Amino acid sequence: MAEKHIGKQTVFLKNPPSIKATASFVGPKEGKGPLKNDFDYIIPDELWGEDSWEKAESKLVREVFAKVLQKAKLTNDKIDYVLAGDLLNQCIAANYGLRETEVPFFGLYGACSTMAESISIGSLVVEGGFAENIVCMTSSHFCSAEKQFRFPLELGSQRTPTAQWTVTGSGAVVLSSGGAGPYIKHITTGKIIDLGITDANNMGAAMAPAAADTIFAHFKDTGLQPDYYDLIVTGDLGKVGKQICQEILKSNGLDIESRFNDCGVMIFDAETQDTHSGGSGCACSATVLAGHIYKQLTQGNLKRVLFVATGALMSPISSQQKESIPGIAHAVAIHRTLN
Amino acid sequence: MKKSFTKDQYSKYVEEVSPKSKLFTNVLKAFLVGGIICDIGQLFINLLKSKGLDSDAVSSITSIIMIFLAALLTGLNVYDEIGKFAGAGSIVPITGFANSVVSPAMEFKSEGYVLGMGAKMFIVAGPVIVYGICSSIIAGIIHYLIT
Repeated sequence: MAEKHIGKQTVFLKNPPSIKATASFVGPKEGKGPLKNDFDYIIPDELWGEDSWEKAESKLVREVFAKVLQKAKLTNDKIDYVLAGDLLNQCIAANYGLRETEVPFFGLYGACSTMAESISIGSLVVEGGFAENIVCMTSSHFCSAEKQFRFPLELGSQRTPTAQWTVTGSGAVVLSSGGAGPYIKHITTGKIIDLGITDANNMGAAMAPAAADTIFAHFKDTGLQPDYYDLIVTGDLGKVGKQICQEILKSNGLDIESRFNDCGVMIFDAETQDTHSGGSGCACSATVLAGHIYKQLTQGNLKRVLFVATGALMSPISSQQKESIPGIAHAVAIHRTLN
Repeated sequence: MKKSFTKDQYSKYVEEVSPKSKLFTNVLKAFLVGGIICDIGQLFINLLKSKGLDSDAVSSITSIIMIFLAALLTGLNVYDEIGKFAGAGSIVPITGFANSVVSPAMEFKSEGYVLGMGAKMFIVAGPVIVYGICSSIIAGIIHYLIT
């Protein structure tokens, strides 16, 4: 009997791993947004001295990995594993960004849910006693994502009101056994959910049912109430998806409105930054968690946070073959103290 | 969850809650910018005619000038801003066609001149050329048969 498994989708971590340090670098646009003071570094331009956007994204991964180690006062040889992934084909941002680290590496693909996926798996590995320190990280880049998933940047086309803006950046956390917190106490792993949305310019609507399902499962499995958390935050549903997720939960008798927010809504000012429905991409939830939310947790403004990163699991090929967009969401409960 | 949507119910619901594009203002902007682009073309036509060129030469040279201007503005990162404002107004004229060739050429240069720029240059404009030529052949056959 798996005694740490509670309910259908949740695990309770008896010896919760703690977040030893976080690091986040973002692009120039994110660096002008409402959370600009919470990031470690704002890169000066999209290429950051490289000759392609893909190389710039790998550089983000490389530099954020170095930064998070420096902040955790650890060296590469003290890291047992690094768990990372991104949006590019075959996860090249992580593969190339981390190839010189000489740290055992697991590559993950959870689309924009990768930050919660890596923290989930990393926490299980640390809690299981298989590792002392693990780095969990992810990245995305507006230009490389547009190139792979949409149209050339200089093509004179219009974005729809429901479209989202891929965040340029990378976020990382170091998970350690013991430590002074914040702690990862529960993990709720999401199922793939597809309600038939085919519009790649309305990812929020494609992912919202998955987010609602995971949040509902978390409260059902743990028996907790939404007011247990100071903040329930989804990854990149954007304005449209956030509203849909909230209403699906409400129709199921779960009212989270008073403490609900979305990283994609938080990271940009939709009025002045022309980002339509909000931010998206792996780095959206990763940098908001590693920057803003972690800061709020360590300063004591937040005590308990349910972090639910959301991903859309389609590819350009599946979209061209008229397939709908499956969504996924993974939840991680982060507590400032052990109580 | 207890209450869940069927795919049909969900797509109807999403349709309701998603904000719509502003049809009237978008059409108006497209009309104005598309009109201005055509005016600029007309300006060159009149100018070239006044220099005494014949009408075939005038239309060829005007097209070349308009394509050059659109390619230049694409390279200077300006045409996408015009397109964001004008929508179809700057896509439909020949300048939009130039933009759709130059923008992928710029984007895929990082994968080399042959398999990157050369191969990907027509990812947007390619279908227009293919089906444009196909329909011109069909039109040609019909013309041949009825005359």
